[in-house]
Amino acid sequence: MNFDDTPQEAAFRAEAKAWIAANAPKQYEEELRKASLGRTVIKGVNLLEAAKAWQKKKADAGWACLHWPKEYGGRGASPIERVIWTQEEGPFGNLSRVFIIGHGMCGPTMMAFAGEEQKRKYLPPLASGEKIWCQLFSEPAGGSDVAGLRTRAEKQGDEWVVNGQKIWTSGAHYSDYGILLTRTDPTVPKHKGLTMFFLDMKSPGVEVRPIKQASGQSDFNEVYFTNVRIPDSQRLGAVGDGWNVSLTTLMNERMSIGAGVATGFPELFEFCNSLMLEDGPAIEDRNVRSKLANWAVKASGLKYTSMRTISALSKGERPGPENSIGKLVAASMIQDVAMYALDLQGAAGVVSSPEDAEVAGKFQAMLMRAPGTRVEGGTDEIMRNIIAERVLGLPGDIRVDKDVPFNQIPTKGRA
Amino acid sequence: MNFDFSDDQKQMRDAARKFLTEQCPPKAVRAVLDGKAAYDKALWKGLAEMGFLGVAIPEQFGGAGAGHLELCVIAEEMGRAIAPVPFSSTVYLAAEALLIAGSDAQKQKWLPKIAAGEAIGTLALFEGAGNPSPKAIKLAASGGTLNGVKKPVPDGAIADFAVVAARTGSTGRESDISLFLVDLKAGGVEVKELTNVDLTRGQAELTFKNCKAEPLGAAGEGWGVITQVLDRAAVLLAFEQVGGADRALEMGRDYALDRVAFGRPIGSFQAIKHMLADMYVSATLARSNCYYGAWALSTNAGELPEAAAAARISATQAFQHCAKNNIQVHGGMGFTWEFDCHMYYRRANATALTLGSLSYWEDALIDRMRKKNAA
Repeated sequence: MNFDDTPQEAAFRAEAKAWIAANAPKQYEEELRKASLGRTVIKGVNLLEAAKAWQKKKADAGWACLHWPKEYGGRGASPIERVIWTQEEGPFGNLSRVFIIGHGMCGPTMMAFAGEEQKRKYLPPLASGEKIWCQLFSEPAGGSDVAGLRTRAEKQGDEWVVNGQKIWTSGAHYSDYGILLTRTDPTVPKHKGLTMFFLDMKSPGVEVRPIKQASGQSDFNEVYFTNVRIPDSQRLGAVGDGWNVSLTTLMNERMSIGAGVATGFPELFEFCNSLMLEDGPAIEDRNVRSKLANWAVKASGLKYTSMRTISALSKGERPGPENSIGKLVAASMIQDVAMYALDLQGAAGVVSSPEDAEVAGKFQAMLMRAPGTRVEGGTDEIMRNIIAERVLGLPGDIRVDKDVPFNQIPTKGRA
Repeated sequence: MNFDFSDDQKQMRDAARKFLTEQCPPKAVRAVLDGKAAYDKALWKGLAEMGFLGVAIPEQFGGAGAGHLELCVIAEEMGRAIAPVPFSSTVYLAAEALLIAGSDAQKQKWLPKIAAGEAIGTLALFEGAGNPSPKAIKLAASGGTLNGVKKPVPDGAIADFAVVAARTGSTGRESDISLFLVDLKAGGVEVKELTNVDLTRGQAELTFKNCKAEPLGAAGEGWGVITQVLDRAAVLLAFEQVGGADRALEMGRDYALDRVAFGRPIGSFQAIKHMLADMYVSATLARSNCYYGAWALSTNAGELPEAAAAARISATQAFQHCAKNNIQVHGGMGFTWEFDCHMYYRRANATALTLGSLSYWEDALIDRMRKKNAA
């Protein structure tokens, strides 16, 4: 048992470290390091442009999408090398968030289902960040139950005509392309009538509207489709096989290995170390210590769970199911941490403006962004279902709509 | 990176599981639970024959000389089987205290007997309610004799010898505390058995009356040794707790798959599934914290105090969580004597206190993290 690199891993790490030291945008380092949930800003800098510049630089030197094949703009690196890169990239990885969906989900789906010519055309500029992709799955009527989506695609000659609405699409407003899950046959049970496409987001009839979130920020969009025409050549997988194609996408959802998931604990520990309460330093208060200890072991538990996964990758093994807990634990923890940090601030905890609030309003921003983390990318409840069914082997819930044609499934709870 | 046990260590785990499945089925645990024996003597002998009692004891003292990682994998299996034997008191507490502070002669006297299953040892630390603290130690040592009362002492009624923490000064500092080695069969100690939450493991009150004792380690250095012993034992016991947590989770999962209510397996209800998923989360977090503790223990790393506290807290929570919700998944049957759920519930809640309570370790963890932060 050790934390040491193998000689090959050490050589790769040294190479990555040296390249990052020579090329990373160090002028942003301090602010990227301070980034916390609900707050990644670099004063006076367009984050999207900075992200694209860093991605292009990486791609030109062969450090983009490490695990992709070289011919599609990647490096053909092993999973463990990808993890090492993430560790070494450190805070600069915070710049790459706009590419997560494209690199983690759209790219692998294209790789599995697009034609060779399409792959060679679309994947390299996706890898280099010159083109950004988004994923158009969720709908107002299909969130956790994504197979309940209603956006219609109808065949007309060699084209499909799409009408409907998507929601919660990250980055749609700056995306060039998207992968789109549609309903092509409403007369069969819901999972069987879906078909996947990719499309140019500049296509006529595509309208992107930002959603104003509960936090007041706008990270997501609604996307409306009005008679949008997509060539049949941009279909991914067979007609009616969209559900299986989407599973490929979701299976490739970025594993947050190496970078670590945000729990808010380091921020809270630092805060408690400096905060003075009436009776002395907060960190000496028994109540505070008990709370901190409970979160400390969750944070370290997640860290060392990730180390176990990395070890499996290092040995060329398939990681076990243990990494499935990360998102579930971290999402509700960061919310609880934020609430407690405000509690420690007493009445002043209510102030949220960075210039007036305690520690620049970091925890207030965290508090307001946190509810979204418990929903996006699979709600807490969906994550528990996944653990219960795929890890523990418990039966799936009874699905009353399983064998019912989609157009006969009730759409309202109460009349 | 190889943050995992080696293939050899995993083989040892498999061997321990096989041995305990055969030699320590729930029926064997029940014999002690029902008061038919103070501990499972046949199992104890078998563990010695398998080389498990002396796995971390050097060969020169009659052990296998393997190491603490090997002891961790065995500890996990002991916890999984809730083995009714004085393993933790003898191996984690007494043997580790001897290894840290014993003279060559003391090690030579007791360690081979421990490895052979011929001596049961324990640590007599607590004196009534409270957590580990030098201030709480009143039992007095002078002129090589001890006077005072220790309780609870794990496995104190069946132990052959005890490492006893005693007061040798009154300056109010840690250096007031020294350790002594007492042969409990040599007279001078009154033993009273204490019925406790975990009926598969013993607790006792030991009254020392002009009891002869030999010093263990240097005078005034007892508290430092106690701290080291508790950290090591915290990691090892955490592995037992993780083993127990995993087994309780499996029992709950299996029952949820088999039990049908409202026309379907209860494991298909989200209320049950989510409860079990949360148990898996606790057990997984604990296991990962334990691995870090194992690494720190086996390399004698400077991180051990922090890693031990984290493993202890996380594993205590996981075992308590899994044991109580295992009963909940079982419903009414889980609350019967007949079902095994309560044996895990008993062990979980007793083990949570053995080395000092959860709040004690929470406090310790933050202290240790602060020290690291300041350094």
